[in-house]
Amino acid sequence: MTFKPGRRPKFAYNALLAASTLLSGIAFSASAEEVSLYTTREPRLIQPLLDEFTKDTGVKVTTVFVKDGLIERVKAEGDKSPADVLMTVDIGNLLDLVEAGVTQPIDSKVLREAIPENLRGADNQWYTLSLRDRVAYVAADMDLGAITYEAFADPRWKGKVCIRSGQHPYNTALIAAMIAHNGLKATEDWLRNVKDNLGRKAAGGDRDVARDILGGICDIGIANAYYVGRMKNAEPGSDAHKWGEAIKVVRPTFEKSRGTHVNISGAAVAKHAPNRDKAVQLLEYLVSDKAQSLYAKANYEYPVKAGVELDPVVASFGTLTVDTLPLTEIAKHRREASELVDRVGFNN
Amino acid sequence: MSAPSPVAPPSRLRHFLTTEAGTPWLGAALLIALVVLAPVATLIWHASSGSLEHWTHLLDHVLPRALLNTSLLLAGVAVLVTALGVGAAWLITAYQFPGRSFLSWALLLPLAVPTYIVAFAYLDILHPIGPVQTFIRDLLGYTSPREFRLPDLRSLPGAIVLLGFVLYPYVYLSTRIMFATQAASLLEAARVLGESGRGVFFRVALPMARPAIAIGVSLALLEALNDIGASEFLGVQTLTVSVYTTWVTRNDLAGAAQIALAMLAMVAMLVLLERRGRKRQRYASNLRARPVQPRQLQGVPALLASLLGWAPVVIGFIAPAIYLGSETINHLAIAGSVSDQLLASAANTLKVALLATFFTVLCGLVVAWAARAVRHSDHPPLARICARIASCGYAIPGTVLAIGLLTPLIAFDSLLSTNWSRLSSADPSLWLMGSVGALVVAYVIRFLAISVGGLESGLARIPPSLEQAARLLGESPAGTLRRVHLPLLRPAIGAAGLLVFVDAMKELPATLLLRPAGFETLATWLYAEAARGTYEEGAVAALAIVLAGLLPVVLLARSQLKPVY
Repeated sequence: MTFKPGRRPKFAYNALLAASTLLSGIAFSASAEEVSLYTTREPRLIQPLLDEFTKDTGVKVTTVFVKDGLIERVKAEGDKSPADVLMTVDIGNLLDLVEAGVTQPIDSKVLREAIPENLRGADNQWYTLSLRDRVAYVAADMDLGAITYEAFADPRWKGKVCIRSGQHPYNTALIAAMIAHNGLKATEDWLRNVKDNLGRKAAGGDRDVARDILGGICDIGIANAYYVGRMKNAEPGSDAHKWGEAIKVVRPTFEKSRGTHVNISGAAVAKHAPNRDKAVQLLEYLVSDKAQSLYAKANYEYPVKAGVELDPVVASFGTLTVDTLPLTEIAKHRREASELVDRVGFNN
Repeated sequence: MSAPSPVAPPSRLRHFLTTEAGTPWLGAALLIALVVLAPVATLIWHASSGSLEHWTHLLDHVLPRALLNTSLLLAGVAVLVTALGVGAAWLITAYQFPGRSFLSWALLLPLAVPTYIVAFAYLDILHPIGPVQTFIRDLLGYTSPREFRLPDLRSLPGAIVLLGFVLYPYVYLSTRIMFATQAASLLEAARVLGESGRGVFFRVALPMARPAIAIGVSLALLEALNDIGASEFLGVQTLTVSVYTTWVTRNDLAGAAQIALAMLAMVAMLVLLERRGRKRQRYASNLRARPVQPRQLQGVPALLASLLGWAPVVIGFIAPAIYLGSETINHLAIAGSVSDQLLASAANTLKVALLATFFTVLCGLVVAWAARAVRHSDHPPLARICARIASCGYAIPGTVLAIGLLTPLIAFDSLLSTNWSRLSSADPSLWLMGSVGALVVAYVIRFLAISVGGLESGLARIPPSLEQAARLLGESPAGTLRRVHLPLLRPAIGAAGLLVFVDAMKELPATLLLRPAGFETLATWLYAEAARGTYEEGAVAALAIVLAGLLPVVLLARSQLKPVY
């Protein structure tokens, strides 16, 4: 290939054009009637709520599902980040967002009135949108009225317990809460005994607990309650429905507080949000009665706003007594909990 | 052909460019190597910014177990893929039995099934309430899984077996090509000299095929090392899983980067081992190799050969495919249709995979050619080092590669965007179109090893005398590449391109992090469905991935059936 002097600049210019369009990594949201949502939660789970929001306000919501690395991504994007609202399903992740400095405080009377004080940031940087209780899945034909989290270490459950990876945020939150209640040493003993009681490796998802109970691998397990709502309401004849029918839910409590451990799904407004007002509008919409009842009916979660009607399956689990431990305490012990899981070799 | 035009008195630049034949190529190869190094450099930077206390905890509680698990997994997978791949390749090469030609390409089918899908499928197939155990219970007269249950698949041996049956095609492919191009005369000479069939295999064919086996095994092991989905589903705490959880649950990027660097060290050893093994062999032959004549089998041996040959295909492809197919049918019967999102994801996947394949093969050609072109100049080691560096990306777990890429990519992009707005008043929404670029860069870095390796061994099979003859007849170095090497490289380019395409369609971890807003590939859509817990819908995406991955596999298989050179 010969380079003729006259041709070269054009080739280079075209190459630069191609290269620049190819190597761009960011989508810009320039429209004023749009709000951009970065979430660690599968966006289709809240798509009904977002659709309702668009219908009622005319504001379109663009969602980016970032399962891991939300903080890294937003930080790397810096002040050019198009993210308006950051949503996550774990109190630890939410507080990490605040700590990483990628959120901003917002002042909203609507949010303050809808959300109890212990479920939102004192600095107005984070807000709970729904509650997710971690409960016991029990074989449907088993006679078990009540159980404590501590009782899972009991030898009577040897070889009968199923649970997902100990490192999963849902479980480290529970272990952190246990540490906050009972101290590190007692929790370590508890965790070792639970590991001895496992019927199979700590792996898979929460729904696999139901499947494995049906499969006879275990009789009892720990998982999130909203899956049960989904399973029992699934199409009859589908796998999900079969698994749902094989179990029933018993809400465990901590010995000390007699409350059930909950985690949250929550959100914050991004620090460099280009559409700040729309972001606040979205958050306020999500705690409205309409949206909260969608959370309850469509996702089978527990609404954070009091007085919202529950899905009948969820209501059948009985009343939820939320553990009085402040959520920030859980976040504090998170790191210890994760290290404890490694020390005990829970996943091995 | 006209006489070559006389060369005008050269300017210094032209003299440099034409006599230092490889230098522009070397420059391009260096650039590519630097791009591949960028995420590694960022990783090192992240790792060194972490505190030592993370490291002590990891050293005490996480690393030993993870290292042991990973080493055992790799050892087990290596043994299994070698046995399966080489055995299958030899079976097809040396023996003729009914269904052999069909089987010879069918053996490649597991390439279309990603490791996470095969794990997800078998967890269901072999579950106590799944079809296999239900059948066994019916046979034995038990009614409930609580009375009789097989051991759980979620274990290290389970992972080894699953990964082995889905990764053996790497070894099968390279070994089959090697067996097919070996001079049949050598094997026939061995037979004439009284060596038994077994002896011919172990003493002649196998040693000659060692370079091909080494390449295939190293590719399979790199794939196993990189896998996160299967290890996570099956509960095996490998190094990759540890990187992932260290980063995700402890938000400890520095710690994750540190483990990742340790993994890279392991990989470097693997690659060194493979290269050392290859160096010993001479594989350029001036003889036009004719394929080995297969021996006809009859009756029971033929049946046995068939069964043995089909077993890996059934386990690695047919069983999961049937499972995914039946789940899809069930889902469609209940839900009635395929969602628009699935179709959009499929289109996106094709777009990204095609772009990535084009650039990966192009870069691979540049790097491989650079090594060859500067072979006689003052700095061949530099070009070889470029080739080794370019192959690094394959070893980096997708997630960690993605983190390593975030910072450089966004820096580059902000640099471009500030300058672009000076050049034109184009609407910023133009960037939406190009934002697939981040994914393409990640894919190129990840899969460059495939094209570099394939093209290097393709180039190595071309004897130097051809090139020398062309140069002697007055062709320029670039012309030699275009008119002599490229046509001969077509099979290698085709094979590399197809492997990259299939891998790009299956890629998951890096895509999850780097994709632009609202952009789903089939893999990320499947993952999201699994995260949502709707395995039935996930099976549809999984089946789509497998079906899409079939076409390149079939094309690849058909191109191998023709006698090679």
